[in-house]
Amino acid sequence: MSTPAIRVSNLSKQFQIGSLASRFDYYTLREVIVNRLSAPFHRSTDRASQKSNIWALKDINFEVPRGQVVGIIGHNGAGKSTLLKVLSRIAEPTTGRIELRGRLASLLEVGTGFHPELSGRENVFLSAAISGMSRSETTRRFDEIVAFAEVDKFIDMPVKRYSTGMYMRLAFAVAAHQQPDILIIDEVLSVGDAAFQKKCLGKMEQVGSSGRTVLFVSHNMGMVNALCDRAILLKAGQVIEDGDTSSVIRRYVQTLETHDGIDGELYLPEEPNLAIQITCARLLDSEGNPCSRFDVMSPIRLEVTLNVRQAIPGLLAAFAVYKNGETVFASWDTDTQPDRLHVRSTGINKEIVTIPAPLIKAGRYQLKFWTAVANVRVVHNPAVLLPFDIVEDTIDASLLSYAGREAGYLALPLDWVHAGTGVSTAD
Amino acid sequence: MKDIETESVGEANSRSKALNLELDATSHSAITPEQSVTGDELLVIVPPSGWISINWIEIWRFRELLYFLAWRDIKVRYKQTVMGAAWAVLQPFMTMIVFTIFFGRLGGLDTKTGGAPYPIYVYAGLLPWTFFANTISTASLALVTNANLITKVYFPRMLLPLATAGVALVDLAVSFGVLFVMMGYYHTGVTLHVLLVPALLASTVLVATGVGLILSALTVAYRDFRYVVPFLVQIWMFATPVIYPSSIIPVRFRWALSLNPMAGLIDGFRAAFLNRPIVWSSIYASTAISFVTFIIGASYFRHVERRFSDII
Repeated sequence: MSTPAIRVSNLSKQFQIGSLASRFDYYTLREVIVNRLSAPFHRSTDRASQKSNIWALKDINFEVPRGQVVGIIGHNGAGKSTLLKVLSRIAEPTTGRIELRGRLASLLEVGTGFHPELSGRENVFLSAAISGMSRSETTRRFDEIVAFAEVDKFIDMPVKRYSTGMYMRLAFAVAAHQQPDILIIDEVLSVGDAAFQKKCLGKMEQVGSSGRTVLFVSHNMGMVNALCDRAILLKAGQVIEDGDTSSVIRRYVQTLETHDGIDGELYLPEEPNLAIQITCARLLDSEGNPCSRFDVMSPIRLEVTLNVRQAIPGLLAAFAVYKNGETVFASWDTDTQPDRLHVRSTGINKEIVTIPAPLIKAGRYQLKFWTAVANVRVVHNPAVLLPFDIVEDTIDASLLSYAGREAGYLALPLDWVHAGTGVSTAD
Repeated sequence: MKDIETESVGEANSRSKALNLELDATSHSAITPEQSVTGDELLVIVPPSGWISINWIEIWRFRELLYFLAWRDIKVRYKQTVMGAAWAVLQPFMTMIVFTIFFGRLGGLDTKTGGAPYPIYVYAGLLPWTFFANTISTASLALVTNANLITKVYFPRMLLPLATAGVALVDLAVSFGVLFVMMGYYHTGVTLHVLLVPALLASTVLVATGVGLILSALTVAYRDFRYVVPFLVQIWMFATPVIYPSSIIPVRFRWALSLNPMAGLIDGFRAAFLNRPIVWSSIYASTAISFVTFIIGASYFRHVERRFSDII
């Protein structure tokens, strides 16, 4: 039992910039012929363009004991997906060595191998075969898979007629009912509605507690915190922190906060193909100036600029307040303005939300923003966070309900009403 | 230059094997499942190099996937088509009628078939040819159309082009039925030569999948091959005695025909169905070339396979 389930030593993976920058590009015969003719003695193009190569992974070392659930976190482009691809043998390493003990399955994308024309039943078998499950194994687990996905009535209908929810549930069910010793999961839980996510999370916890080794990539720190015993933080292809989940998440959150701009402001690049996106978020003090430091007793005005490009029903914008990678609370703009679910004016929209005070205790918090189509998909989910501090400038340090040094996140002045003296508890 | 290879080794030498692989790591590929003391499979992934052998053990382990991929293509093909399997019959049958009119009657080839009726003569050649042409055309696109699988999950990529032969085989089986009906109609009779058909078919599958593997790998790297393949299929048909009997080729050029494995195989199919003398030498040569084509195709495929997920 002492041998690790995963041992990665000195692993590196190099990409040629050309092939990375244009993943879907390919050579045409003409280019190759012209290159060969113009430089007939340059046999190896790799060697000639050595300088234009980048390392997606550089000298990665770690071991994972059997049964551990490890979160892999980092910014986009930090090398998380490349690492998972090399581990699941989709891409090959440039140097280094990986040892895997036991059967490995990867959940890099639910629904891989699903064919829209085939029925649910047929797709279960196809998708299971692609992920390496034998036919007899699939037959044995078939009822369980269908029950988990809750699609019993539609199992013989082509999946192209399924709702998004049904499709996702079935796809996840197939993937989750494999019985691998090592399971690799990449952001699969970022889809589907809340009930589905909860169900998947439950299944994941079950997988984690059944002694299986799990590598879990996610931008959702709450999920990483809830599921993982340990976390590895990647940056620019290197492991920069490896250890206890909460301390690694804290370090990650710190790296996320470093953004350009004035304190209390966050500007996000325009992405013209998004139906709705957040372009700017600002925290304003009572005078309307951007600020990132607020007293526990002063309300925070949050100004969000939304660019709505398509008039699709169900568009919503939301933010969450994080502390140590966990959500303290979240707020959706459509809850108080339900009309927006049906019509939303296109163009630049400014929204103001006031976070009342006192509400949260002193400490460092981060705001996370996203937009979505209700119950369908996330539209814009920028990784960058807007940090702010709550301080105890005006408050008497002896007021323990507000004190940051006491446990808990909320600073709520609750009334203690006297209900009598000398009354026995039995009454 | 990397590559991945799987070997099965027993428990006893697993330690020394792992050590060897360690030393080998920079020069040779290795993904090695072996039984460890705990009973778990150990898989070692290291960058490999050079030309790698074809991993038959792994392909065998994934044989069910080969079946499912072929089954998927067959299912999808017949969903939402009104006539279903009839298309498999109609395509070569209509081609046969066109050829009979233009090449047989108007071209005067119907006198050169050695006594066999031209329709059945051309149909017996068209069946293996249609199988070959369909296999290499669909195989050449198999990787590109399944790009989402290649970038998402690991399995021997070779299965994708190989599975396309399955669809073509089902079509072939259906059209064989029509051939037997025609044989009854023309009273050609069935002889023991028919027993040769499975062997000929095996060779045809080898050459078709061999060429298909090469073309599929080339199509990933050079999308030009999308346009090259239909053209290649057309030229290849005229270089093969499908429409005409090989006897009309002048003797001094016959050697060139024997380099084309489909030539010997199609002559073989005709000999088997139409009870004509079997030219063993040409069948042996075609079988040998088919085998070599498959080995070359599979080796080339393995050699370039490692780049697929990066460039597709």
